[in-house]
Amino acid sequence: MPEITRDEVAHLANLARIDLSDDELDHLAPQLSVILESVASISEVAGADVPPTSHPLPLTNVFREDVVRPGLSAEEALAGAPASEEQRFMVPRILGDEQ
Amino acid sequence: MSATETLVPFDDVLAAYDPALGLEVHVELSTATKMFCGCPTGFGAEPNTQVCPTCLGLPGAMPAVNRVAVESAIRIGLALNCEIAEWCRFARKNYFYPDMPKNFQTSQYDEPIAFEGFMDVEVDGETFRVEIERAHMEEDTGKSLHVGGSTGRIHGADYSLVDYNRAGIPLIEIVTKPITGMGEKAPAVARAYVQQLRELIVALGVSEARMDQGNLRADVNLSLAPKGSGVLGTRTETKNVNSFRSVERAVRYEMQRHAGILGSGGSILQETRHWHEDTGVTTSGREKSDADDYRYFPEPDLVPVAPTREWVEELRATLPENPTQKRARLQADWGFSDMEMRDTVGAGAFGLVEATVAAGCPPQAARKWWLGEMARRANDSGTDIADLGVTPLDVARVQALVDEGSLNDKLARQVFDGLLAGEGTPDEIVASRGLAIVSDEGALNAAVDEAIAANPDVADKIRDGKHAAAGALIGAVMKQMRGQADAARVRELVLEKLA
Repeated sequence: MPEITRDEVAHLANLARIDLSDDELDHLAPQLSVILESVASISEVAGADVPPTSHPLPLTNVFREDVVRPGLSAEEALAGAPASEEQRFMVPRILGDEQ
Repeated sequence: MSATETLVPFDDVLAAYDPALGLEVHVELSTATKMFCGCPTGFGAEPNTQVCPTCLGLPGAMPAVNRVAVESAIRIGLALNCEIAEWCRFARKNYFYPDMPKNFQTSQYDEPIAFEGFMDVEVDGETFRVEIERAHMEEDTGKSLHVGGSTGRIHGADYSLVDYNRAGIPLIEIVTKPITGMGEKAPAVARAYVQQLRELIVALGVSEARMDQGNLRADVNLSLAPKGSGVLGTRTETKNVNSFRSVERAVRYEMQRHAGILGSGGSILQETRHWHEDTGVTTSGREKSDADDYRYFPEPDLVPVAPTREWVEELRATLPENPTQKRARLQADWGFSDMEMRDTVGAGAFGLVEATVAAGCPPQAARKWWLGEMARRANDSGTDIADLGVTPLDVARVQALVDEGSLNDKLARQVFDGLLAGEGTPDEIVASRGLAIVSDEGALNAAVDEAIAANPDVADKIRDGKHAAAGALIGAVMKQMRGQADAARVRELVLEKLA
């Protein structure tokens, strides 16, 4: 049976930048384990004749032609930004490093 | 951030260690539109004017794959002798950094479109086979401007400003397997690989591939292992090394730095490093995290790409000539010696000479200008020869002016000065700088007469048959004419008058 440990939840929370307290970790780890188990039960039903799939549509090769389409103006693009400067999105100080 | 590293002399590094290289090159495709949306991709547009809900990651926006980008990826894969996947998917690479507004980059993970290829790289007449692990499709990120602090870098900045014009432009990332067995040639192999890869990309016509504009960006992985051990040491990844010359220098620097750490009993930290062009050193970036930390998963908004074998073969038929064969063919056409050819390739000037010859320039003249004049200037300014701002058409035009007698080599060099200073086309520079050779016989005759009158003893020697003395008079005339005379014609006149 799959089980997710408290440490794994803490790690995932850190990756997702979600600040979880000790109490929340205690609370969430068993809950996530139950969810994992429920999902895992699906694999018990799948037989050898059911191929693994990541997409509900049986389609491949859906392409767009390389032709320019109108987008947004800078004003429109920045309309929803909390702050902007020099026609650019203004973001808080970046603490991490470039990816 | 200052460089207080102990660097071991290069020869000592080689005595104790075997270097291993791995290169990751990002190629920005020159498609008309982005990878997953119809926004244009032109360089240098006003900030945030080439954006739409998809590349801004607005809720509900759906991506749609650019057919030409997929074709370009397949053609690059084929040109690198890769297998082309029968079926592959895009994946989300999740991370938190404002250069991707979606908080993930759409990339490929364990199913690259091309894999298991190779490219043969020549260094000083020796061939190294570089194995290609994969070439995959992904999208470029936005550009950040860091405001505040003194350095313009992330560290110390108060806030950042982001332009998403570049976000979503198609990228192909080409990853080599570890390259070993190079010894002292490791820096040169790294450089030659990137150079040859660029030539291939240009020949395919899939990218401008200009390193100075970031169309082609190299990440250099380097590790050292004890000599003869046959193992791979811990590597560092030096990011965004943006010229051929820097690739070579960065490899050399990291080899010397690693040896310094290992030699004093230390161990290499697996991390990314930043290359500093001005100081020629690398500094520590971020510690490398496990691949799992990106929580890759298949992109649910895109269906798989499954290139039919017919399509792949159609694309294979569009490939340019194999670079090795092409080199041999052009060497014969041009009449270059092995040494001349090796120097041309080594200087990164092969494609430039080819284009210059195609523009009508005699091969030896093209070689002379690129390898003599341009390579020197590139070296002086620390740029790559291809990024000088002088084009093959310019060089061909200058040589044509020399051939028709409007310029001599000395004046031609001044035209190149003008080209580098951005003064316009060769013809405009000749006109604005007043460089054309004076073909006014009257003016020439007057200058020759004046030189003879001013140097009677030299004139006597020539009258006595000592033609070697003519040089002094020719020099005087050329000086008088500010170099704008045809020296051969001046010589004729001098000898005629003193016969």
